[in-house]
Amino acid sequence: MSILEIIVFLPLVAALAIGFGAPARFTALGASALTLIASLVLAIQFKTNVEGPFQFESSRTMLDIAEFPTLSLSFGLDGISLVMLLLSTIVMVAAVLVSPKEAELKRSPQLFYLSLLLIGGGAIGAFCSTDLFFLYAFHELALIPTFLMIGIFGRGENRVRTAWTITIYLGVGSLVLLVGLILAVIALGGTTFNIADLVALAKNPETGIAAKQQGGIFLLLLIGFGTLVSLFPFHSWAAPAYAEAPAPVAMLHAGVLKKFGLYGLIRVALPIVPAGFETYLNLVLVLLLGNIIYLGLVTIAQKQLDRMLGYSSVMHMGYVFLGIAAGNELGISGAVLLMFAHGISIALLFALCGWLQEKYGTLEFEKLGGIAKQVPRLGLLFGFAAFAAAGLPGFANFAAEIEIFIGAFKGAENGIGWIQWTTIIALWGVVISGVYMLRAYRSIFMGPIASKLEAPSDLTWATRLPLLLLLVALMAVGFIPELLNQFIRPAINGFFLIKAG
Amino acid sequence: MPVYYLEIIVVVLGLLMLMVDAFAKLDDKRSIASIGIIGLIVVFGLLFKVVPPESTEGVFWQFYSAGDQTALFFKGIAVLTTLIVLIMASDFSPIVVRQTADPEPGAHPQAGLGEFFALPMFACAGLMWMASANNLVSIFVSLETVTITFYILVAYLRRNVGSLEAGVKYLILGALSTGFLVYGFAWLFGITGSMQLSEIATALADPSINTTAAFFAFALILVAVAFKVGGAPFHFWIPDVYQGAPTPITAFLSVGSKAAGFIVFLRLVDPFLASAPLVGKVTTVLSVIAILTLLMGNLAAMPQKNFKRLLAYSSVAHAGFLIMALASSPDASAAGQSMSPTTVISFYLGAYLLMTLLAFLVMTTVRGQVAGEDLNAYKGLAKRSPFLAFTLLISMASLAGIPLTAGFFGKFFVFKLAAEQQNWTLLVVGLIGAAAGFYYYLKIAVSMFFESSDDDALAIPVRTTTRIAMIALTIAIIAVGINPGLILGLLP
Repeated sequence: MSILEIIVFLPLVAALAIGFGAPARFTALGASALTLIASLVLAIQFKTNVEGPFQFESSRTMLDIAEFPTLSLSFGLDGISLVMLLLSTIVMVAAVLVSPKEAELKRSPQLFYLSLLLIGGGAIGAFCSTDLFFLYAFHELALIPTFLMIGIFGRGENRVRTAWTITIYLGVGSLVLLVGLILAVIALGGTTFNIADLVALAKNPETGIAAKQQGGIFLLLLIGFGTLVSLFPFHSWAAPAYAEAPAPVAMLHAGVLKKFGLYGLIRVALPIVPAGFETYLNLVLVLLLGNIIYLGLVTIAQKQLDRMLGYSSVMHMGYVFLGIAAGNELGISGAVLLMFAHGISIALLFALCGWLQEKYGTLEFEKLGGIAKQVPRLGLLFGFAAFAAAGLPGFANFAAEIEIFIGAFKGAENGIGWIQWTTIIALWGVVISGVYMLRAYRSIFMGPIASKLEAPSDLTWATRLPLLLLLVALMAVGFIPELLNQFIRPAINGFFLIKAG
Repeated sequence: MPVYYLEIIVVVLGLLMLMVDAFAKLDDKRSIASIGIIGLIVVFGLLFKVVPPESTEGVFWQFYSAGDQTALFFKGIAVLTTLIVLIMASDFSPIVVRQTADPEPGAHPQAGLGEFFALPMFACAGLMWMASANNLVSIFVSLETVTITFYILVAYLRRNVGSLEAGVKYLILGALSTGFLVYGFAWLFGITGSMQLSEIATALADPSINTTAAFFAFALILVAVAFKVGGAPFHFWIPDVYQGAPTPITAFLSVGSKAAGFIVFLRLVDPFLASAPLVGKVTTVLSVIAILTLLMGNLAAMPQKNFKRLLAYSSVAHAGFLIMALASSPDASAAGQSMSPTTVISFYLGAYLLMTLLAFLVMTTVRGQVAGEDLNAYKGLAKRSPFLAFTLLISMASLAGIPLTAGFFGKFFVFKLAAEQQNWTLLVVGLIGAAAGFYYYLKIAVSMFFESSDDDALAIPVRTTTRIAMIALTIAIIAVGINPGLILGLLP
């Protein structure tokens, strides 16, 4: 077994062990910490100057018959999936750490930790798969655990309804995606599910998909992946689900799992149906402006922190789409970097939000105020996280957004096109996110103390540890984006670049 | 060992069980079921030992196909289903005893239980024969062997009105469909002059065939076969009969009878699909039936509040996916590139067996403690018996077609077939059906996980045999979900 296979299967085996009665929190913590360490080891061993798409490859053939594409349980990493793997393992450790202790959970702690591991493990499996089938299948592993987590452990009266909404929404989205993937595989000859082989087939003018056919397939993939990543107008499941999910689930889902849709677009849709992407580029531009501007304004209108964070996480997906739409090295690498940065920062915010909810019992802006005087450490951490999410320099989000904007403007020497106009409008999103983040900060932490409750004790070291882990990751990449860019760039150059920049 | 020995062994086993019931003085008649269970495990093992006959000359082989791989696969399905049905039947026996109670003084307290275990054996022999039937006569006789056994089994709980009602409905509608079948066979014989399926195929492929008459024969046969497998609009008996029949028999109907129905469906439709003058019309009719079945099954399942009824509609829905595969048969030119509908349907039924029987096993076990099969009966099951809740959740996930379970590959193959044939209408309807499935299969999870039980109910006891069967089925569902080759390897 290769290290990568161990990374993929460790959370799933741990989940199984918890099902059979292993101590829940201990096992979950151990498994997620081990996967984090192992993925850091892989990041150190990763060679940035190697030819060939994937490293640490392993493959087990599952089905090899003439009438069906070869199916193999194969894993491998390139720069992009390595970054996503790091994101998943970091957030998973933090999510397990901020989870309530067994005794504090009213209902089955086993189920809680088991589901958490399945959600995280599914995301890891999807990001590490080099087989299209398992890329899809691993992502679906999170569907039912999310349903159970929101329905059982969620907050608020509407949680069962919300659990249904997210499950049906994502279920339908992945069915559409499935059809798109099946059509793509059939159009490429239907001989393999291996992503590298499929891309090679697609790039060969003789075996590639006819331009006419590409449009339809791209549209299906866009709707499918777009639903999973809450692209406007398929976004309405996201904010309520994140608001009502328990904090660790919101962290994993908003931080990691949602990125699967973007990852899939970059990994599958862009290289396999580039012409379809070009055809619908303007549609993508309009939709991403819907995310950035329309949903940005919706975010400003929120009166509750959890909803606001939910909508802000939807809004920021627009930037990632912008980077992908730019279609050059800088844009796509910015997009990947933003996936990482946003994943970490939103996980941090949701963790803090969960803590606030637990201590103050409310997240309404009107009922909170002046908290910074009561819990200064929390205020400081929240400030960092909010600045990061708003894209202030020094945090990874800033580096990523800059790359995206510059990437999108790259073609401007030949005149300002649609994408440049989109960028100019999208830049206003930065102002919008500054507005809502600072407003939230002001009304919760500044001003007179509104809460009638006694001041709760501030963050302890144990609670600060996962938050600091996230913050360190965010600032390290913020100051030295090259930490991750060194992995991302060769991946795009060697393999996934759809047109020269 | 020649393949037809297997049917003989099963019949002898059934007779043996009847003899033991009649002559041995047993305190607990559930041991009769154990004879059947052990016997069927042996038969299942022997399935892998059969050798094809040296010569297929002679009258016998005109009624019985010479052990092709597909037939063997469906025999395996029949044996495995009966095996698990017998396990369920022993769990269910207290209810059978209560509802067949004999007021006669001096009667054995379990009088009437023995036949409840023996009859499925005869049905099993019939199902196995159906898998090998290659002649209109043998198809008809084997089908009736099974159906008549089912008439008895469905109405077995004679003190229960629901069971009797189900029996009457099944009898009347079943007889009607048999009429259609025989009439269709008569027309088919009239057109082609043969009872032999291979000769019928040759005759139908002749371009000078009277297409109107042949199509009429097809329509009559289709009505009968669609009735057997639960294809709309001939599915109306299914919810009532499934709900009224004793639960193990419902499972038997839903898996064994449906699988055997489909092998007959495949055998009978194949000559029509291979016939150039007829294939267009036949495919259109099949598509219409598939669309109706998918919509009826999936949409009607959504509001159901009784778990058994829900599974009844789910069984209709799955029939829809299977007919969808049949309606997407590739042309002869494309053969070899895509999977044949026979392979897809066989795989689907193999996966369907695993997940449906698992659901019924849990249902029977819960029924032992909680009256009725209402969804409310499953409230708080996750807390009461986490093991049962987990296995039922796996089974529902697989029925809904969530990846990494066997059920997903079934749907995946069907969708792929439809996409290859560019059968877009069917594909869209199939997607709507699958999406609806997410809802109604997860509804049970809401009862089990989100709601708490009324009182401090104790864990539901699970017998060791049942527990082993549940664990085996759960592992099989996930293993096939990761490696579909486990089932595909058994197919030609």
